[in-house]
Amino acid sequence: MIYRRFFNVPTWRFRSPWEELHQMRQQLEQMFDSSPDQRVSAGVYPLINLTEDKDNFYIRAELPGVKADELDIQVTGNSLSISGERKIAAEEEGARYHRREREAGTFSRMVGLSGEVDTDKVEAKLKDGILRIVVSKAEIAKPKQINVR
Amino acid sequence: MADIQSKELKVRGKQEVTSPAEQTKPGLVFTPAVDIFETEKEITLLADMPGVKANDLTIDLRDNTLTLSADVAPVDTTDEQVLLAEYETGKYYRQFTLGELINQEKIDATLNDGVLRLTLPKIEKATPKKIAVKSG
Repeated sequence: MIYRRFFNVPTWRFRSPWEELHQMRQQLEQMFDSSPDQRVSAGVYPLINLTEDKDNFYIRAELPGVKADELDIQVTGNSLSISGERKIAAEEEGARYHRREREAGTFSRMVGLSGEVDTDKVEAKLKDGILRIVVSKAEIAKPKQINVR
Repeated sequence: MADIQSKELKVRGKQEVTSPAEQTKPGLVFTPAVDIFETEKEITLLADMPGVKANDLTIDLRDNTLTLSADVAPVDTTDEQVLLAEYETGKYYRQFTLGELINQEKIDATLNDGVLRLTLPKIEKATPKKIAVKSG
């Protein structure tokens, strides 16, 4: 039995016997969607990237086909909500579809921020289908440099 | 239409291309989601390509093969600390084989809010003609 298996492997390469195992692992990982970048996803549309520096939080999201006036962004204390609707206009009658992968629908997402924010200083920009929000941190939440004498 | 609009959008991770050809430059390549539909006169393709600018988009049609490829300028976050990264950016690449003859001169492409709309008019010959059958 063992011998048969050994000889039945069609793409046996002596060069690197681990290569096939490595490929298998990659395929399994793809199957279970467990690549490291997706593990942290909250699973709510839209997917966001959140970064911070000393003064601001930066929120970026990909929203292709969403118009600025169809977006609703609200900030309260230390959280931010993004909601809206993605519309796909109906095409003319008699159009026969070959592929339909794009989806329309509503979305709403809450993003918790790790500190208080200044609700008056929020800037949102939508360009080429990418939303970028800059939220200023509240004075209390900003790190303070302390001089040691 | 109504039932489509009220639906809640679900997350679908960006699909990475499984190697169209070996890449020479490092970086991720994604497959854009597309809608393709056809009327009697033309084929229309809609593709979601967030972050793509008109200058960075290449549309190529030769020998019935339509190739879309686009570069996305990486976002500069060097001074920022990443708290959450749910999506990655990279190039877009997708290829289609067209069954119809396309009038290359009348191809029209517009890019709006990260969505490409490509209109490919069919050549007259390919548009179906009704043939009247006479009895006698």
